[in-house]
Amino acid sequence: MAILEVKNVGKRFGGLQALGDVNLNVEENSCHAIIGPNGAGKSTLLNCLVGKLIPDTGSVMFDGQSVLGRKPYEINQMGISRVFQTPEIFGDLTVMENMMIPCFAKRDGSFRMHALESIAHEKDIVGKAEHMLEEMKLIDKRDMHSASMSRGDKRRLEIAMCLAQDPRLLLLDEPTAGMARADTNNTIDLLKQIKEERDITIAIIEHDMHVVFSLAERITVLAQGTPLVEDTPDNIKGHPKVREAYLGETQAA
Amino acid sequence: MDAIILQFLNGLDKGSAYALIALGLTLIFGTLGVVNFAHGALFMIGAFCSVTVQRILTLSTETLSETQKDFLGNPLKIKTPYVESWFGPEVGAAIIDWSVPLAILLAIPVMLIVGFVMERGLIKHFYKRPHADQILVTFGLAIVLQEVIKYFYGANPIPTPAPAAFVGSFDFGPLLGLDTSLAYPYWRLVYFAFSAVIIGAVFAFLQFTTFGMVVRAGMADRETVGLLGIDIDRRFTIMFGIAAAVAGLAGVMYAPINSPNYHMGMDFLVLSFVVVVVGGMGSLPGAVLAGFMLGILESLASMNEVKNILPGIDQIIIYVVAIVILLTRPRGLMGRKGVMEE
Amino acid sequence: MFGLKKHDSRLFIVVAVLALAAPFLLNPFPDGSAMAQFNAGYPDLMQRFVIFGIFAIGFNLLFGLTGYLSFGHAAFLGLGSYGAVWMFKLLSMNIIPAIVLSVIVAGVFALIIGYISLRRSGIYFSILTLAFAQMMFAIAYSDLIGRFVGTPITNGETGLQLALDDPRVLGISATPDGSIPLTNLFGLEMRSVFNLEVGGWLFTFSFGYYVCAVVMLLSFYVAIRIFRSPFGLMLRAVKSNQQRMNYTGLNTRPYTLAVFVISGMYAGLAGGLMASMDPLAGAERMQWTASGEVVLMTILGGAGTLIGPVLGAGFIKYFENIFAKINDNVLHSWFAFMPDGLEDLMVTIVHPFVGKGWHLTLGIMFMLVVIFLPGGLVEGGQRIGRLFRRRDDKATSVESDAAEQRKPAAE
Repeated sequence: MAILEVKNVGKRFGGLQALGDVNLNVEENSCHAIIGPNGAGKSTLLNCLVGKLIPDTGSVMFDGQSVLGRKPYEINQMGISRVFQTPEIFGDLTVMENMMIPCFAKRDGSFRMHALESIAHEKDIVGKAEHMLEEMKLIDKRDMHSASMSRGDKRRLEIAMCLAQDPRLLLLDEPTAGMARADTNNTIDLLKQIKEERDITIAIIEHDMHVVFSLAERITVLAQGTPLVEDTPDNIKGHPKVREAYLGETQAA
Repeated sequence: MDAIILQFLNGLDKGSAYALIALGLTLIFGTLGVVNFAHGALFMIGAFCSVTVQRILTLSTETLSETQKDFLGNPLKIKTPYVESWFGPEVGAAIIDWSVPLAILLAIPVMLIVGFVMERGLIKHFYKRPHADQILVTFGLAIVLQEVIKYFYGANPIPTPAPAAFVGSFDFGPLLGLDTSLAYPYWRLVYFAFSAVIIGAVFAFLQFTTFGMVVRAGMADRETVGLLGIDIDRRFTIMFGIAAAVAGLAGVMYAPINSPNYHMGMDFLVLSFVVVVVGGMGSLPGAVLAGFMLGILESLASMNEVKNILPGIDQIIIYVVAIVILLTRPRGLMGRKGVMEE
Repeated sequence: MFGLKKHDSRLFIVVAVLALAAPFLLNPFPDGSAMAQFNAGYPDLMQRFVIFGIFAIGFNLLFGLTGYLSFGHAAFLGLGSYGAVWMFKLLSMNIIPAIVLSVIVAGVFALIIGYISLRRSGIYFSILTLAFAQMMFAIAYSDLIGRFVGTPITNGETGLQLALDDPRVLGISATPDGSIPLTNLFGLEMRSVFNLEVGGWLFTFSFGYYVCAVVMLLSFYVAIRIFRSPFGLMLRAVKSNQQRMNYTGLNTRPYTLAVFVISGMYAGLAGGLMASMDPLAGAERMQWTASGEVVLMTILGGAGTLIGPVLGAGFIKYFENIFAKINDNVLHSWFAFMPDGLEDLMVTIVHPFVGKGWHLTLGIMFMLVVIFLPGGLVEGGQRIGRLFRRRDDKATSVESDAAEQRKPAAE
């Protein structure tokens, strides 16, 4: 069953047709990668899924409900979490505080006026946050200022924060962009582990073919705002159209 | 009808002042990305340039009169300004009479220096700091500048007359074919024309010089221009000086309209900010348009006919308009996308 | 204690002791001595300390936690004052209903203004709040509402005052001897004082001050609770990264609006107390310079810290009072030990910064703090503290190094 259904989505910026006519189904509990050259419309598509942009045409259904017109926080509460290209965390707060915020959001919803209760008394939240930190091997950095962590740790924390909400769909926007090889491999391992241990659907936008082929079960190739082809990684590797649009440079060489 | 025209004209000079200050604020914001709460103080310093020039020109020697006696029978002390003793009484008196326009000559270098010193000495260090810090430090600077002026010039407004030639009023009545007379002070016409020239000069400078082209490009996309190997920072410093000079000149010529006092900068600043926001943060034409629009609106709202229906509306009209515009057009009248979105 | 962590309860107790013992602590110099002019232990000034403390604590909840810089907070203080005075005019001279009304009025206005202003952030928010405050100042200053209604509401330039013919339905319009009754708390007058003379010292205990101090302590306590609550955590998250907030399923708007209203109510409370101590209200309390003042206090003390705003308020109000008193005679007596020429020179140099020049000093101080000490006095204190602690650390680390080295030797 498809948990995310994108139908005929189009988006235009002035004279630029960023997304033509995108159709895409992401199966539940699968890992689906969206690849494509620069300017193919990957980020635009992602932004349409999370409520940052509203597409001009088409529909986006998550678990049978439309996400269009909803605010990002509402879409998140439906069960979609997003990991950004550059880790978006609360840099002014400690790692533990970062971790508690999604736990509160999961339990209390988008707003709750708990102004006179003490955080220290929120045993279940503290417990859950600590558990997540342990699982992600961040527990020794518990009281660290999160802005001063390494990029790899920031990425780990961001993923941990998303997972703390038990999302049904995890969207990753080039999660290894700008990372050193070792950090990239760590991230791949982490994502593999998440996939194995949880009932979670992962949709990933990625540039790095190594990452895509190690994780994805299905791949959609986007070019100039329209899906070129959708298939399994093995078939994609040898697909002539893909080689032309995406790996064109290797042929030329 | 003629009352409306008169108020419209009255709004022009206040609008000119708003437009000039807002223009400088926008230039600084657009180029340096800094919110300058001390910009009103620059306007005030300009006005005090007029006061200073007037005081310097009226520095006098005292001589004892040979013929006249005071009431105690001593020879009367006669004060003769130096300029009169140097250039003869007629030329000297004329120079004193024209002290406000002459103050422009002093104001330009003074304001440029003040601008450069401010940018290099203080503002430069705040490019990377949050906007709140920029507001706070320039707010502190504004307090300091106004207190310094208060210390040297006192707390009372200092009347600074315009040249005698402009003291009268121009009658717009016949010109517009009205039966009634429509007297409008000459100096206000001068002020409006002066402002128009400065605004035109700033736009021409930005439009037609290479320097201006780089600055405009820098306002649009600072990083890319920096990548081209152009030293954008130095140009931005110069732009800060120019913005300071624009505010200063607006102040110099405003002195005869409103006697300069130490808090005039703050008074104008609040409204100029409203003007900038209404015009659209970062939009130079927007700043000018909104400046005149709000100046005229304020003037029209102060008509008795309006005030009888809505008492005191002139005091709040600008704020009401600003709030309505910001809510309906969040980017202001002519704001560009992406400026101060976050 | 009271549901606070150890660290916070210690801070609270220190503040409580300082506030309650203020009449002693602020009068360190014997009456009549040369230094007596630096005493601050008289009711009027002490009341200002704590009232502006409340104002700054509330402002800090908004600015310190969320980073939203309101430049129009004085409007709420002014509204609180007007609300309280109207209560004194209509209901009774008991301060409880007056303060309750002032908090409600400020809260309602904060809700409206906040709802509109918080649609924008950053510089736009600052300017919107500034515009609202200036508009309300203009309305109060020319009593626009009063002109519509036909009876003075804010009483324009003169300000709102009590009169002998006010109804005061639950109290009396005038005392038997024909004067306006005094503000009180169930009969205990705010003005009543108890003087204690010990040796050369004269200590004045004012009931009004203690009312203010207790209210301030309550406000401070609530602020600590808010800081340590999940709500407070969310507010700090708003300041840190709104994007992440939104993508974590949190709606930032109600959080910021809630704290804006709370913050406005604190300002209203301060305004109500101000009117309770001296029952009049004027538009100048709402002017943007007054809003600037609370910003100054908070930054100077340390925005985002618990104690900072209280320190800042006390600091500014104390020095405002003391600096204003320093005139050339005082300066001459200070520098009397110097040779005459030097003495005159020093007096000339210092003169612009004292007396009426207090604002100049304040402006310079403010700039220096923003430039070099963005964390304010609290950060300054911490830095000094760390300086000392580092020496200790070094000592201990040297010891542990030595211990480390000894180990292999022992093996």
